[in-house]
Amino acid sequence: MTTRTEFKNPLIRWVDDRLPVFTYLDHEYNQFPMPKNLNYWWNFGALASVVLVLMLVTGILLAMQYTPHVDYAFESVERIMRDVNYGWLLRYLHMNGASMFFIVVFIHLFRGMYYGSYKTPRELLWILGVVIVLLMMATSFMGYVLPWGQMSFWGATVITNLFSAIPWVGDSIVTWLWGGFSVDNPTLNRFYALHFLLPFVIFAVVALHVVAVHITGSNNPKGIDVQVPRDTVPFHPYFTAKDSVGLVAFLLFFAAVVFFDPNLFGEPDNYIKADPLQTPTHIVPEWYFLPFYAILRAVPDNFIGGWVTSWMGFTFISAKLAGVIAMFASIMVLFALPWLDRSNVRSARYRPIHNVLFWFFVFDCFVLGWVGANPAEGMFVWIGRIGTVWYFAHFLVFIPLVSMIETPRPLPASISEPVLKEKA
Amino acid sequence: MRTIRTLFIAFAGVLAGAAAVWAAGEKIDIPERDWSWRGPVGSFERAELQRGLQVYTEVCASCHSLRLLAYRNLTALGYGEEEIKAYAANYEVKDGPDDQGEMFSRTAIPSDRFVPPFPNQQAARAANNGAYPPDLSLMTKARKRGPDYLFALLTGYEDEPPAGIELMAGMSYNRVYPGHQIAMPPPLFEGGVEYADGTEATVERMAADVTAFLAWAAEPELEQRKSMGIGVLVALGFLFVAVVLVKDRVWKDVKK
Repeated sequence: MTTRTEFKNPLIRWVDDRLPVFTYLDHEYNQFPMPKNLNYWWNFGALASVVLVLMLVTGILLAMQYTPHVDYAFESVERIMRDVNYGWLLRYLHMNGASMFFIVVFIHLFRGMYYGSYKTPRELLWILGVVIVLLMMATSFMGYVLPWGQMSFWGATVITNLFSAIPWVGDSIVTWLWGGFSVDNPTLNRFYALHFLLPFVIFAVVALHVVAVHITGSNNPKGIDVQVPRDTVPFHPYFTAKDSVGLVAFLLFFAAVVFFDPNLFGEPDNYIKADPLQTPTHIVPEWYFLPFYAILRAVPDNFIGGWVTSWMGFTFISAKLAGVIAMFASIMVLFALPWLDRSNVRSARYRPIHNVLFWFFVFDCFVLGWVGANPAEGMFVWIGRIGTVWYFAHFLVFIPLVSMIETPRPLPASISEPVLKEKA
Repeated sequence: MRTIRTLFIAFAGVLAGAAAVWAAGEKIDIPERDWSWRGPVGSFERAELQRGLQVYTEVCASCHSLRLLAYRNLTALGYGEEEIKAYAANYEVKDGPDDQGEMFSRTAIPSDRFVPPFPNQQAARAANNGAYPPDLSLMTKARKRGPDYLFALLTGYEDEPPAGIELMAGMSYNRVYPGHQIAMPPPLFEGGVEYADGTEATVERMAADVTAFLAWAAEPELEQRKSMGIGVLVALGFLFVAVVLVKDRVWKDVKK
């Protein structure tokens, strides 16, 4: 156990002697040593936690006005927009907050990949992060269903139907998920209940994520361990100040969207009330799912697994099932990343080939997103397939291979050293 | 008979869907218009909204509902309480049950929602050759580039379809509608309404006015949102300068 902080205020001391919350706060957010060379890419973890709190607060206020029933959900959302005091602000903050959350978390994730933040001793920290991403996806998907617009309904129908690809029990599972024979009132009710529950689960996993990062300490752009006290600065005031700069810059962007183009990330079809008898011409998920949607649709009908199993006399893996497996695998593969990368150099700054590969991967994610936004026809089919193969090859072939054959550039001896040397 | 008609409507729906998919590949040019409420400081013009309400009332409202709006909302258009009471009084609402358990009709009051032209979807379809005139409350938000699209649609009718295109019974040809066959007959004609403010009622004028009115109906919060947004951005701008100064001061003595 670390030493306790001495407080002057008797009340604080009284509490701290019995429950050392103030000591904890002092250690973790005041004195806590941070590598002094962190750049602004290290802002995004703090930003994500701010967005999470904002989503919880706006979400609870919206829940007080929302009615989870197929006949009233759409109207109750419009009532919030029109008749509830500042309801439009709450709803636009929440709706765009979901997009902001994913923007921030995706950048946070890419930053972790670039600087090798997933490597020893931060594997568990990374795994908790991937769990958070998965939970966020489930939560946002169910949240998108709640306004009960056309895309809500048809998106829910498409995604829940994916489970029907599971051999033998698929259809029963889908019926069980729906609570009936189509997406209907029971589905809306359970999605609402889960959409309320999951953010608190996210909050708990975020707490573990934060505890874990306070055990290992933050990684840094050089990817080398902190060696001497000179390498670090205390969290406060150095990183409270630096995080504030990032936070206000982010809020400027967030506010610009909320106040001047609040439907930028949305689909116009979701302002049409759900109609089970009328399918929209293009069913598209929210932008943050587009790369995964492209992977889902990338598996061709006559792919090798289906061919082999049907040659055996039955089709065990249909193209649909293979697509679903590929989509889930695209996230699952992130769990294995700490062990797929064999290099003991963390930062891509000192890994010339890995560095180039990383940027190819980022580009590939954007390409997949673009493919996901377009109908699966013509050139998009092939671009989607190539992009999907590249996605998996990046993790399963390129990263392991490069990590074994690449010669890293010489690492600086310490976080403080290189600059001191240059000056000398 | 009922089943056959339902089947026919379903089939027409599938056809329209297929046509829309086909049309999605085709590039339809929808010109951009300079709406008064565009841009960070844009706002609605009250005279335009009032004329738009008149077009909606005299033309659109015979088929299209505006369910999400209440008469009281019209205060935002610059009408007084008495004017709104008088406007609402043109409509009858079904209310009840009274203390005898009977439903009854009464004159609409400002707190009522806009009374729809048809009691239900079936009645609307029956009166419109099987087509369902959609509710207009959110129309400009429910289409890509909504206001531009709506204006282009209202001014996009042609008397004769281009050579080689056979219109289905009861359909009209429209340049911008997906698939080009639209069940709504051309709604606007030169001088179709007599504007209370004396403005000349050209088709373009009426289309622009009613588009403005529906844009307001879809986003009644727009002006409050934008003016609040300016304040928020200015405040955050100052705060940004402040936190940058603080950060530089704090980090001044840290050797990189």
